[in-house]
Amino acid sequence: MKMNSELLDKKTAMNNDLKLSTEGVNLYYGNFQALRNITLDIPERAITAIIGPSGCGKSSFLRIFNRMNDLITGARVEGRIELDGINIYAKSIDVVELRKKVGMVFQKPNPFPMSVFENVAYGPRRHGRHNRGELEEIVEKSLRRAALWDEVKDKLGQSALALSGGQQQRLCIARVLAVEPEVILMDEPCSALDPVATLKIEDLMRSLADNYAIIIVTHNMQQAARVSDMAAFLMMEKDRAGVLVEYGPTSELFTNPKDKRTEDYITGRFG
Amino acid sequence: MNVSIASRQLSQRVAFGLLIAATAIVVIAVLAIVLKMLISGSGAISWEFLTQAPSQAGKAGGIFPAIVGTFYLMLGTIIFALPVGVMAGIYLTEYARDNWLTRIINLAIVNLAGVPSIVYGLFGLGIFVLAFNFGMSLLAASLTLACQALAMTITTSREAILAVPREYREGSLASGATKWQTVRHIVLPQAKPGIITGAVLAMSRAAGETAPILVVGAAFLLPALPQSPFDQFMALPYHLYTVAAHVPGITDSTMWGVALVLLAVVLSFNILATIIRLRARQRRYSS
Repeated sequence: MKMNSELLDKKTAMNNDLKLSTEGVNLYYGNFQALRNITLDIPERAITAIIGPSGCGKSSFLRIFNRMNDLITGARVEGRIELDGINIYAKSIDVVELRKKVGMVFQKPNPFPMSVFENVAYGPRRHGRHNRGELEEIVEKSLRRAALWDEVKDKLGQSALALSGGQQQRLCIARVLAVEPEVILMDEPCSALDPVATLKIEDLMRSLADNYAIIIVTHNMQQAARVSDMAAFLMMEKDRAGVLVEYGPTSELFTNPKDKRTEDYITGRFG
Repeated sequence: MNVSIASRQLSQRVAFGLLIAATAIVVIAVLAIVLKMLISGSGAISWEFLTQAPSQAGKAGGIFPAIVGTFYLMLGTIIFALPVGVMAGIYLTEYARDNWLTRIINLAIVNLAGVPSIVYGLFGLGIFVLAFNFGMSLLAASLTLACQALAMTITTSREAILAVPREYREGSLASGATKWQTVRHIVLPQAKPGIITGAVLAMSRAAGETAPILVVGAAFLLPALPQSPFDQFMALPYHLYTVAAHVPGITDSTMWGVALVLLAVVLSFNILATIIRLRARQRRYSS
C-alpha cells in the first residue's frame, strides 16, 4: 500500500485536496462480510472508478458513501469513512443532509413517474424550495449541465417515462445535480444503455469532473480506462468478497499493474 | 405408441372439458342471479319505489330511506376504515421492522378478516352502543362495519404500497428526501389507485352486511331519514331480510325489487373498483 499512497500523493497534489477517505472499512450483511478492511482516499474534482467481477462488493462499497446500506436490515459498517475530514457515520450526522451532499445515479434509470420538470424539481422541493421562478431556473440549469436541455426543453411537462433510456439516465443525473451535491456516486450508470447513449454519459461525466468528485462503479473496463482518473480493483477470493487488491491512477493500474491479480483481470484472464 | 397417444389426447380433452365446465358454472351462477333479480324484481321498480318511504310494513310505498341509509352506512364505514387502514398499511410496510411483534400484527389482520360478521355485531353492541353510549345508531353501525372493513383496507393498502418499485424509493431517498417525504410524494401517489380500489370494495361489502347492523342500529320501518349520526337508520339488506322473513302477504315482486336495488348498489361499486384499477394499469403502461 506504500506505493499506492505515494501515487496518490502525486494525484492529490494535482487536485489540491481529498474529498472522501475510508480507513479499515468492513461491511457486514448479517454474518456475511461484504467488504474487508478497505482503506483508500478519493480525490476532489476527479473520477474514481471501482472495478471488479460481479459480487465482489463494488456496489456495496459505493453505497457506504451515502449510507444507502443503512436501508438494508442487518447491514453493519465498521471503520472510518470521512467526507471533508468528517466521519459520516458519526451519531451527529444527519443522513438526509449527507445524501444532499452525496448524490447517486443508479444502475437502471429510475426517473419518477411524473413530468420531466417535476423529476428535476423533486429534490429542491423536498428541501423547501417552492418558488416557481427559482425552481424553473434550477431545472433549466440542471438539465443544461446534464446535456439534456436541448432535447427536452419543449416537453418539460411530459412524463419522464416517455424519454429514451439514455435520456432517462441523463435526467436522473440532472435530478442529482439539482440538489447541488459535492459528490456524485454512479452505480454502473451505463449498463442498461446502448453504446451511443453510453458515450454521451461518459462525455457528461468528464465535464462534471471539473466540479465534482465522482465515483463510478463499472463492469466495463474500457469504460473505466476511458473516463476515470483513479481506479480501484476489488475482488473476491474463494469465499471472501470485498478485498481491495490495488488502487492507483488509472493509467498506471491499466498499463503497469502492481498486482498479478489485477493484471489477470484487466487482461481478461478471469472474471 | 398410437394407443398411448390416443389415450393421452383423450385425457387432455377430458381435463380441458372439466376446466371449461367449472368456469361455465361460475358464469352461469352469476348470470342466473342477475337474471332472476331482473325478471322477478324489475316489475316493482318505479320512481315511487325508489323515492318514497315504505308504508304498511313495507308492503306498499318505496324503499328510499333504506337506500339512503345504506349510502350513509358505506360513507360512515369508509370514513373510519380508510384512514386507519392506509396509516396502518404505511406503518407495516415502510416503518415496522420484521420481528415477532410485526408477525403477530400481521397474523391478527389475517384473522380479523376471518371473524364471522355477527361477532363484529356483538362486539359493536358491547363497545360502541353500550360502553361508548352511542346507542343504536348510524355512528355505532359505521364503527362496527369499519372494524370489519379494516382487514380489507389494511391488506389492500399494504399490497398497493409494496407494489411501488424499490427504485423509486431509493431515488427519492438518495436525493436527500426524508422517509416521510418519500412516502408522501412517491409511494402514496403510486399506490393510490390500489388503495382506492380496496376502499371501494370495502364499501360495497359494507353495503351488503346484514348481521352486524342488526344489533347496532338498523331499524325496520323508519320512514324518516336519519338526521344525525346518533339516529337509527334503515338499510337495504336488513330491510330485505325483514320483509322476506317477517312480513306476511308481501308480494314477491316487492321483495325481489329490494334485492335488485341492493344488488345494483353492490355491483356498481364493484364495477367502479374494476374501472379504477384498469385505468391505473393503462396509465402505467401507456406512459
